[in-house]
Amino acid sequence: MNSLSFKNVSVVYGEGTPFRKVALENINIDFPTGEIIGIIGHTGSGKSTLAMLSNGLLKPTSGNIFLENTDIWEKPKEIGKVRSKVGIAFQYPEYQLFEETVFKDIAFGPKNMGLSEEEINERVKNAAKFCGIDDASLKKSPFELSGGQKRRAAIAGVVAMDPQVLVLDEPAAGLDPLGREEILGGLISYQKQKGSTMILISHSMEDIAKYCDRILVLKEGGVFMYGTVGEIFMQAELLFGASLDLPQITKLFIELKKRGLTENTDVYTVRYAKKEIEKFLQ
Amino acid sequence: MLKDITLGQFFPGNSLLHKTDPRIKLIILTVYLIMVLAANTLVSIAAIAMITFVLVLVSGINLKIIAKSLKPLLFILIFTAVINVFFMKGDNILFEWYFIKIYKEGLMNAVLMITRLISLITGTSVLLTYTTSPLELTDAIERLFSPLKKIKVPVHEFAMMMTIALRFIPTLIEETDKIISAQKARGADFETGGLLKRAKALIPILIPLFVSAFRRADELAEAMECRCYKGGEGRTKMKQMKSHPADYVFLLVMIGLCVAVYFINSADFLI
Repeated sequence: MNSLSFKNVSVVYGEGTPFRKVALENINIDFPTGEIIGIIGHTGSGKSTLAMLSNGLLKPTSGNIFLENTDIWEKPKEIGKVRSKVGIAFQYPEYQLFEETVFKDIAFGPKNMGLSEEEINERVKNAAKFCGIDDASLKKSPFELSGGQKRRAAIAGVVAMDPQVLVLDEPAAGLDPLGREEILGGLISYQKQKGSTMILISHSMEDIAKYCDRILVLKEGGVFMYGTVGEIFMQAELLFGASLDLPQITKLFIELKKRGLTENTDVYTVRYAKKEIEKFLQ
Repeated sequence: MLKDITLGQFFPGNSLLHKTDPRIKLIILTVYLIMVLAANTLVSIAAIAMITFVLVLVSGINLKIIAKSLKPLLFILIFTAVINVFFMKGDNILFEWYFIKIYKEGLMNAVLMITRLISLITGTSVLLTYTTSPLELTDAIERLFSPLKKIKVPVHEFAMMMTIALRFIPTLIEETDKIISAQKARGADFETGGLLKRAKALIPILIPLFVSAFRRADELAEAMECRCYKGGEGRTKMKQMKSHPADYVFLLVMIGLCVAVYFINSADFLI
């Protein structure tokens, strides 16, 4: 079952002007329900455009996007409904905070969906829990929080809408390692509990390899590779072709393979690496 | 969506107008404006239209761009024409139908006003905004007004504020676009509802925008202080403005034309 599907989707910016730019070209992908899909690609490869397409903030120049087998642009007037089903947290979402208290800001999305007071309360509490915001912070003004906490509050604002598909554009950019771990960890546990689909856009191959089930590699507006994490890392050397960096442990195994010491390059966690090394030491 | 705004857009080029010293250009613009506003007969306004057309040709700016810049004015132009044609009274009736009376004077005034408005906009754009980079422009303003420093007017500071404001217009537009997308993704609705509801819907855009504008201002001020910026006193320029003899010739030609327009006006051989 696919929650979100792209069929022959192309996006061209500035058609008919000298600034014409193809952002995405003939994209065909299916995102299976309940999986975490990582999207990775060099700057300008079309990652953010893909995110904007997924909830109808941007209309494709050609092609169709299906959410649970319904074309999202079938009834353009009801695009608002799609937006409550596909939630997006953009890059640096902390700049979208505006309410008097963190609680009210997180409640902005659910309120726009027209939910009851009780339902909103529950959702805000729940979202705050997964994003690591304590009760005391909920009563504060969002502008009093630290940078990392602001980020959490903003992401909680999207999580509170309880979307079927949650798209996160660089949720951990610019945070310290502990903060990254906490935010991503919290979101993963939310995803596991709800069984929703999550799309994680990131520059960090390490994060993607660690958390995702499936990886989509974009290059210059096209699909460069798409498959499960294992499949992608089996051909890890190819990733250098999309100017992407690999986890250090994978780089080590590529070097070992060159020297004929191992066959596998689908090694992306230290634990698995340890097992492999022990195997050939025996 | 907001990216389509072309506010004081500069088109890089290599024409005579691009090369003219911006200070002289500012003075030329003043002369040009006096000339356009002074012209009050059909012959002199025709002369103005000719001069403006020649300036456009010299600037090398595409005529399509000029036409596009006039588009927002279309309503005002039509409105001016209608008011003049139907409501101005004179001595010579050209056309009469029930209560509608069209006079020769009204028709002529409409032509005069429209040509004047188009010339004002086109001339200013071609002489100044299209052919002068914003940096050159503020620099020129600073130099031209520098005598005012003697009476303690902070000319440099004003020029710096103008530069910064111009520099940040595209940045803020981009930021606004981002915030709109983010709030739309959270289900904000800007397109439906009455006036009050729509005004309220702007709050989630305006607050983050103001917050970020203040933050940027703070950061910029700190960055400038870190590089020892302390106002205009004793500050030197990397790019010195130089005026060439050709610039003065251009200025003299324009002054000559201005005087000519004045005489054509008083010659009064058509009306």
